[in-house]
Amino acid sequence: MNFDFSDDQKLLKEQVRKFLTDKCPTKVVRRVLDGEETHADDVWKGLIELGVTGTGIPEEYGGLGLSPLELCVVAEEIGRAAAPVPFDTSVVLATEALKLAGSETQKKKWLPRLAAGEAIGTLATAEGPQPPKPRSIRATFGGGRLNGRKLPVADGEAATFAIVLANTGGSGDRAVSLVLVDLAQASVERTRVETIDPARKHAELKFDGATAELLGGEGEGWRLLERLYDAAAVYFAFAQVGGAEAAMWMARDYALQRQAFGRPIGSYQALKHKLADCYVKLELARSNAYYGAMMLTDGGADLPLAAAAARIAATEAYDFASKENIQTHGGIGFTWEADTQFHYRRARVMALSLGGPMAWKDKLVSRLEQKNAA
Amino acid sequence: MDFNDTPEEAAFRKEVRAWLDANATRKSDDKQSFRARNDDPNLLAKAKEWQARKAAAGYARITWPKEYGGRGGSPILQVIYQQEESNYLVPLGFFDIGLGMCIPTMMAYASPEHLQRYVKPALHGEEVWCQLFSEPAAGSDVAGIRTRAERDGDGWVINGQKVWTSGAHYCDYGIIITRTDPSVPKHQGLTMFFLSMKSPGVEVRPIKQMSGGANFNEVFFTDVRVPDAQRLGKVGEGWKAALTTLMNERLAVGLPAGGLDVDELMELARDTELDDGPAIRNQQVRGKIADWYVQQQGLKLTRYRTLTALSKGQTPGPESSIIKIVAAPKMQDMGAFAMELMGQGGIMREEVPHAAGFQAQWIAGAGFRIAGGTDEILRNIVAERVLGLPSDVRVDKDVPFNKLK
Repeated sequence: MNFDFSDDQKLLKEQVRKFLTDKCPTKVVRRVLDGEETHADDVWKGLIELGVTGTGIPEEYGGLGLSPLELCVVAEEIGRAAAPVPFDTSVVLATEALKLAGSETQKKKWLPRLAAGEAIGTLATAEGPQPPKPRSIRATFGGGRLNGRKLPVADGEAATFAIVLANTGGSGDRAVSLVLVDLAQASVERTRVETIDPARKHAELKFDGATAELLGGEGEGWRLLERLYDAAAVYFAFAQVGGAEAAMWMARDYALQRQAFGRPIGSYQALKHKLADCYVKLELARSNAYYGAMMLTDGGADLPLAAAAARIAATEAYDFASKENIQTHGGIGFTWEADTQFHYRRARVMALSLGGPMAWKDKLVSRLEQKNAA
Repeated sequence: MDFNDTPEEAAFRKEVRAWLDANATRKSDDKQSFRARNDDPNLLAKAKEWQARKAAAGYARITWPKEYGGRGGSPILQVIYQQEESNYLVPLGFFDIGLGMCIPTMMAYASPEHLQRYVKPALHGEEVWCQLFSEPAAGSDVAGIRTRAERDGDGWVINGQKVWTSGAHYCDYGIIITRTDPSVPKHQGLTMFFLSMKSPGVEVRPIKQMSGGANFNEVFFTDVRVPDAQRLGKVGEGWKAALTTLMNERLAVGLPAGGLDVDELMELARDTELDDGPAIRNQQVRGKIADWYVQQQGLKLTRYRTLTALSKGQTPGPESSIIKIVAAPKMQDMGAFAMELMGQGGIMREEVPHAAGFQAQWIAGAGFRIAGGTDEILRNIVAERVLGLPSDVRVDKDVPFNKLK
């Protein structure tokens, strides 16, 4: 039985944690939340120097060629710090999409630049307040030209390129394809959109005949997206676990320090039990996330189920810890000056960015049915 | 990351499997006989016979030193044995308290002569032990016990009452915690003994449980004489001895959850028609199945994390403290939901596939949430020992026991 990370992986985790504790304290999250910058570029540059952007990119494309397990421990630390950097978009979604579906030319062009931190990638699927479905996607791609609008797109302003879900004329699930578009062209218009988490900037992208190319086969978009989401769900789960743990300890520290009715509020069972429940949900999430990581490394056959379970457990753990952290703080926890809001906002953004828990639960049971039928 | 055995573990697993194949029957898929199998009146005799065979082969307590009939093996080997044994139809459960809690406490405190006399018969299933801790006025707050032990010559005289004593009606010996000095605060005036359950003045009355079974008892002590040589630990240090006992309880990791789970619930949901088609197509039903699957997996995988530490010879982290907090309410809630799927018919104690099993879990879950630490006490433990939050205010902490209201 060896269901744990190796000593080297734990060392890497410590290293990233130390860097973020030092360079990305909550005042940096607040700076981005309050300010105009698209992301904390100082933190991002430091992470690039640490090699974070190249972690999962094969050496032949200029990366470090490490296993998914290394990226999992990094993700946990990014989540713990609620770091305002394009990690989930560029390092997870765009990088994994290129590895999954990119042609040799596309990989050669973009992966080295992603690894070196010269390019930031993002994924653009949503078109407003509707969960994207193959039949509902209005953006179109044909004859090398992309038209339509996508919003909200995380890091849409900072990104160098986007991977866009667009209609390519097929039917059913084959109506959509993934399309890679360089955002540095005149036919692309980017506008910031306000969201519930100003510490992670989002944009609307408008394409007016932008030059673009297929990423993966035509009509394969939905199938590729599902596979991309399975891998991303595991990395996101680690980030959510990190965030949940941070929120739990923030609540615990405050509960030790705050006095009411003559003793620390953390001595009252109503609070003790609530925080114990945070821990229970956290450990369920962590265990499920570990299994997801294990399935990622083997190209494991159980990845679809493991990813769904990790996604559901981690989303619940982060939502619960981040909201009960505010509750534990009482009135001060609801103020703009309190740090409690960072995790509350980020938890919801992460819960919805790959599809919410309701959709994943449905997916999980479908996958369970398939597995039992096999 | 992998779930593989080390070469040593794999060799041991193979050896265990071969022995079990030669000595026991593999569990067939006979879920319908759920009630029949659990109502066997000869279960104790069969369990004693199985325990004897296991002990003779050296599998009864793998972590115990060889001098006591163990193998001096690591905890992971004990877990591997239990994992394998759980695939066979063998009667279990009668010796867990004795071998898991009572005898380890004896090993910590009893004289070599007593160990010579008692350990082997316990290991071989000839003598069964129980733990006499809880009382009518001392459940979660077990240090509040009132059963008295008073000096009388070279021995002690015990008077009082214990309750929820599992197996007392068939047990031969027990370890008992008593109050020997009511003039000091409650934790300080306790002393532990072991005694024969056949001693004059011991009366056992089974308690019929909500499940219909009677696994535990009230035990009354009227002028029961115990020699001082049967004292475990120093006078007034019974709480320390009790903690030894309870610590051993927590080492019981890696046991299979057993019972019906998500697979059976899905079968039921496939076979049940709701207004809009099979229950398995209903989004509410799917949401619940997903939640329980995540919990079921989470528990299994959390155990694997603990086993990883054991396999590497490390001390496991606190993660296993979540297991009963999750498993017990899940058992109760899933049982209730399975019955709901069957509509009003779900209340019938019929041998329809899984119905009896889910009903039994719904009933047993209510007890499981209390036994061995209530949901509430377990949350206190997580809050205090894992998160470092303050213990509850204890107004009785420094007050002599006989001055408490």
